Amino acid sequence: MGHQQCCFALISGASGKWRPSPFTDPMVAALCVKDCFCNLHHSNSKNGMKSKTKERAGRGGDFFKTPSFLAKAINPEWVELHKSRGYESDAHKLFMRATVLVADLLIYLPAVVLYCMCLGDGSPRKKTSVLLCTLLYPGLILIDYGHFQYNGVSLGLALLAVLALGLGWDALGSMFFCLALSYKQMELYHALPFFCYLLGKCFKQESVWKGLFLLVRISVTVLLTLALCWLPFLSDPSQALQVLRRIFPVARGLFEDKVANTWCSLNVLIKIRSIVSSDSQLYLSLACTVLAVLPSSLRLLTKPTFWQFKLALVNSSLAFFLFSYQVHEKSILLASLPACLLLSDLPLIAIWLLQTSTFSMLPLFVKDGLLVPYAVTSLAFLYFSVYLLSPLRHCTEQELRIEGYRKMLFCLPKRDLGCVVKWKFCISVLAMVALSIASVTSSPPPHLPDLFPVLISTFSFMHFMGTYVYFNIVQFTEPPSKKSQKKTS
Amino acid sequence: MAAAVEGWFVALAVGVSLLKCLFINAYRSTDFEVHRNWLAITHSLPVSRWYYENTSDWTLDYPPLFAWFELALSHVGRHFDPEMVKIQRAAYESQSTVLFQRLTVIFTDLVYVLATRECCRCVSHLKSSKDVLTRPPFVLAVLLLFNFGLFIVDHIHFQYNGFLMGFLLLSLAKHLQSKHLQGALLFALLLNLKHIFLYVAPAYGVFLLRSYCFSEDHPDGSLNWRSFSLLRLSALGSIVVSVTALSFGPFIAMGQLPQVLSRLFPFKRGLCHAYWAPNAWALYTAADKGLTALGLRLRLLDSSPRASMTGGLVQEFHHTVLPSVSPAVTLICTALALLPSVLCLVSRPRHSLSFLRAVVLCALASFMFGWHVHEKAVLIAILPLSLLAVQSREDAGIFLLLATTGHYSLFPLIFTAAEFPLKLLLMLLFSVFSFSALHKLHGPGLLSLPERCFLLLLPLLCVSCELLLPLSSLSSRLPFLPLLLTSVYCSLGVTYCFIRLYRTLLRTGPKDKQS
Repeated sequence: MGHQQCCFALISGASGKWRPSPFTDPMVAALCVKDCFCNLHHSNSKNGMKSKTKERAGRGGDFFKTPSFLAKAINPEWVELHKSRGYESDAHKLFMRATVLVADLLIYLPAVVLYCMCLGDGSPRKKTSVLLCTLLYPGLILIDYGHFQYNGVSLGLALLAVLALGLGWDALGSMFFCLALSYKQMELYHALPFFCYLLGKCFKQESVWKGLFLLVRISVTVLLTLALCWLPFLSDPSQALQVLRRIFPVARGLFEDKVANTWCSLNVLIKIRSIVSSDSQLYLSLACTVLAVLPSSLRLLTKPTFWQFKLALVNSSLAFFLFSYQVHEKSILLASLPACLLLSDLPLIAIWLLQTSTFSMLPLFVKDGLLVPYAVTSLAFLYFSVYLLSPLRHCTEQELRIEGYRKMLFCLPKRDLGCVVKWKFCISVLAMVALSIASVTSSPPPHLPDLFPVLISTFSFMHFMGTYVYFNIVQFTEPPSKKSQKKTS
Repeated sequence: MAAAVEGWFVALAVGVSLLKCLFINAYRSTDFEVHRNWLAITHSLPVSRWYYENTSDWTLDYPPLFAWFELALSHVGRHFDPEMVKIQRAAYESQSTVLFQRLTVIFTDLVYVLATRECCRCVSHLKSSKDVLTRPPFVLAVLLLFNFGLFIVDHIHFQYNGFLMGFLLLSLAKHLQSKHLQGALLFALLLNLKHIFLYVAPAYGVFLLRSYCFSEDHPDGSLNWRSFSLLRLSALGSIVVSVTALSFGPFIAMGQLPQVLSRLFPFKRGLCHAYWAPNAWALYTAADKGLTALGLRLRLLDSSPRASMTGGLVQEFHHTVLPSVSPAVTLICTALALLPSVLCLVSRPRHSLSFLRAVVLCALASFMFGWHVHEKAVLIAILPLSLLAVQSREDAGIFLLLATTGHYSLFPLIFTAAEFPLKLLLMLLFSVFSFSALHKLHGPGLLSLPERCFLLLLPLLCVSCELLLPLSSLSSRLPFLPLLLTSVYCSLGVTYCFIRLYRTLLRTGPKDKQS
């Protein structure tokens, strides 16, 4: 097991270490958290004109304090407030990348290992295989180490929350989730399933008093944790408002760049950004998101089992990704995390979703000069997940849980749907390879300069939509008993 | 034996190749420019000028077969970047050049992968457990494919050792399978690709003469003069001659042999490389330095010692207190050091392990006492020792010691800050795997207490040499100190392994059965 961790660290380090990528997320100066949050403006050196203001919630500021003290000790120039804008020396780059690695080793890695070992099913060999495939997921490695972000921390904390809930420690789980939420507000994508699961559990307790007691315990934990994280900002209401305004930039527009969600893909056919007013855009996306997330959440509320919870996590994050406002392509990582949790139960679809999510971020990787790491990590992930988990061998209708489809598509002849899915997977992967190569080697025709990003995002959108429908159907289909479907692995 | 390649082997090969691809843009040493220059020389100049060309400092100093290999590569490289094959004094490193050259190393490692598979087949007859992960072939495959030293020398520092070691291991595997002519052909090719493998030529020569040319022995194992087969000797001879003719032929015909030989054996270079390889001469030189310092302190010596050895330039120089060492002396020492192993081959010829052991000992003896030895040469001893390590308990202990020490001695080759965590992680991965896998195969207690303490001090040495000393005040007065400490400490380890290997050889006496 130690080998997997070293491998992960190694691959992460190797893909990220000497990338010449621009300075996307500068260090927070060692000032007091309150002041820095309001005063600091960061410049995106890719695009010197635009200034991206800090969008991470309070916890993020705390998180940066420790490495910033260390940075000051090594070289004070790194953390001087205005002078450090766009500062990029080799040692500084190495230091910042090292902080990502350390954060991952401390939070994400233990979370994944604990989850796979405690809650994974099957033989130790199968558990280790799932662990390895989860750690090999290219999207997170490339974004955190190549592009440079600290997603490992928030995803690790969310995973610890899921683990705690899986083990029945509800209060601890809520605490971890609040920490994750305070670290990165994107975790709101996962908030509804957590809420519905815990509420449903409270309702399903044996007696009303027990349920009430559980509810009170969870609420107190949540409020305490949130209060602790936001304390410095709550002293002044205008400060708190400023935080919220920075975190939820509603002035930005329905979408930015080419993202594999509904609005961007719809924009190809009808220019929705120009037809609908910006306020209506906000309400439209809100309505669609709520509608998309409602079935899954209600189902979870009525049936709060861990299996339903995992499915609801995927459904909720996919729904938010597909229909929400101002979505970044990196937000797909929030759907990838629950997909990793489903690697042992539904390997084929999970691998398919994980590979598609990496593919959907290809334009970003090309911009950052991460083409070789993208190719290598994707190939490694596909090869090892197919070799270790043998998803193509577990392709019966029962194993893929697609009996629901048969009920819906009763008009179709008696075709083996499992075989159809297998072929679709292979063709899809080949198409991704072909599109990746084409988008890098050939140049688009002059009247369609954005051809390849649009093709990539539309292709990914169709896959995400299909996966969203699939997971919803699975969530509403009753799973067969575990004993009948357990095979020797 | 199974004809199909097993799934786990393919997975390992694919995994290591993909890992190598991630290092394409890592630090590369001047060896990168050396090989690019050779691509240019072989592509742009006629054969008669190859060994005379010296526009750049990196002149051609490998045997002609390697030059032909570079010529073949240059014809492919021309399509990646035409500027790559033009001779120029300054270094040329466009993105396409880097991609092309790195990919050639990864691609030619296919020879090494094939060799590993053959070696795994040679050990597949051993007692096996149910679990694939603890069987000797699997352990050997990982020890060879993921060997830390080979990985960082080839894919970070940049060389073609995987390709060359592939020939060596394939040749050894063929001999173990009693396909001696194939093995001899491969070794002849190898010698003509890189002449450093002359280190192990004595073992090959004696083994082939004794075991192949004399087709049978007396029942008690002694030499049967009547079984000498002239046919076999002439077969071997013709193989060697034809390969050498293929490689050196054009140069002999042009009368350039002396020039080629002077390029291949540059004895103008000093006893030690700029960074001392951890061999006996490093200890000798360190002792000389120590005695000099002592002599100066006690006013026994004149206060201006002659040329310093710790400079970065590679020149001839002399020791101060102890007698200076000439190339002839090193040759005599090497010959004396490898003689016992070779003689054992004569008395116990057909035992497969004794041939392997002789190869390892010859490689290590030449490493210990050779002239201008590079620290990378320790790999020639470590890789064949892996084959022994999965088969015998004693050899497993020696392997752990030699591999860890030898690999650590390669650390100074990669000195950039960005690669530091990577080489540390790779080293940890390999060491942890080798320790745990070999202990599972052979049982606990492979190393004695002093040996374990020796290895446990290595991390301390690493921290002081890589972090503490460079940041301390000593870095300006004694900049060579970290390298000296690494070199001396590793020499102690390598010398100890050398002695232990000899003890094993002499102890496994005539009670060995023929195999």
